[in-house]
Amino acid sequence: MNEVVTYAYAVAQDADGTLEEALGGLPGVADGPVHLVRAPHHREVVVAVGPVPEPDFEETALRAHLEDLEWLESVARAHHRVIEALAARTTVLPLRLATVYLDDERVRQMLDARQEAFADRLSALAAHTEWGVKIYVEAPAATDRPATPSADADLSPGRAYLSHRKAQRHAREDAYRDAEEVARRVEDAARGHAVDRVQHRVQQGELARGPGENVINDAYLVPLEHGESFRADVLRAGEGRSGVRVEVTGPWAPYSFATPPEAAPLKRAAP
Amino acid sequence: MRPAGGPPARADEPLPDRQIALIDLLDRLLSGGVVLTGDIVLSIADIDLVRVSLRALIVSISEQNPSPWRATAPLAGDDDDSR
Repeated sequence: MNEVVTYAYAVAQDADGTLEEALGGLPGVADGPVHLVRAPHHREVVVAVGPVPEPDFEETALRAHLEDLEWLESVARAHHRVIEALAARTTVLPLRLATVYLDDERVRQMLDARQEAFADRLSALAAHTEWGVKIYVEAPAATDRPATPSADADLSPGRAYLSHRKAQRHAREDAYRDAEEVARRVEDAARGHAVDRVQHRVQQGELARGPGENVINDAYLVPLEHGESFRADVLRAGEGRSGVRVEVTGPWAPYSFATPPEAAPLKRAAP
Repeated sequence: MRPAGGPPARADEPLPDRQIALIDLLDRLLSGGVVLTGDIVLSIADIDLVRVSLRALIVSISEQNPSPWRATAPLAGDDDDSR
């Protein structure tokens, strides 16, 4: 078996044949160089690839590596770096993380078999970017006791405690109700600009960066010229509720829209 | 509905050190992107493997939050690209 295998980053449109320049000196996964594999006939459709060490990417090692957050992060960031460099120049169809072939020739065969589908999707995504919209509920965390002695000083300690818990529960219920209303307003604002939407799983766990609880984690596909108005309108729609926060990320390469809606992996609703 | 061809997808230069939250990146890299059957078959059928590998790190998937990381159909409806 070879010492290196071929890591495939993305399919891209290279209409004028200058895309390779964008990749010069750019470190890819495992600090490897990145180059293009070209379709035999449809020569403007290319795949960005690079060599990676075979021992790290054979199946057993890959399984182990995916559990190693540090390794995963370095591969994810390198993958993203290449996507960004391509997306700055052209329309790009990112591939799923860790798509690996034995060599460039195998990538060429794959491209040959699929180039029509790739070309169709590339033209659908031309001049569009992806924006992330996340909504957080920042309701006060439950505490066991009032921070300060209650104003209801005449209540017994037991009743003061219960009254405090009830007030907290109401505050949380209010915050969730507010979040639903904000979500509706944000969605209306987003629909004014977007042509497609994908709903991602809400972010939880160690890597989820608060503050607050993530309740909406959507991606919208937005025409390039609407990008800044999309961001501004969504943020404006999210204002005015103190326990609810709206975060916009992007612009991203169209990661969440790389597959067409009929083959969509995620819950999708056309705006 | 969508313009064909047209200008590049990104008019601005990439922001070199724009700090992107890893979790936002992983949302996209592990559940977005085109899924191809590479020669090292991790994609498609094994996408569950990725979920399993990561759930301890990223999410606690519970009954209330079932995993949305389901396997995806390949781009051209042909899951055996070039064999």
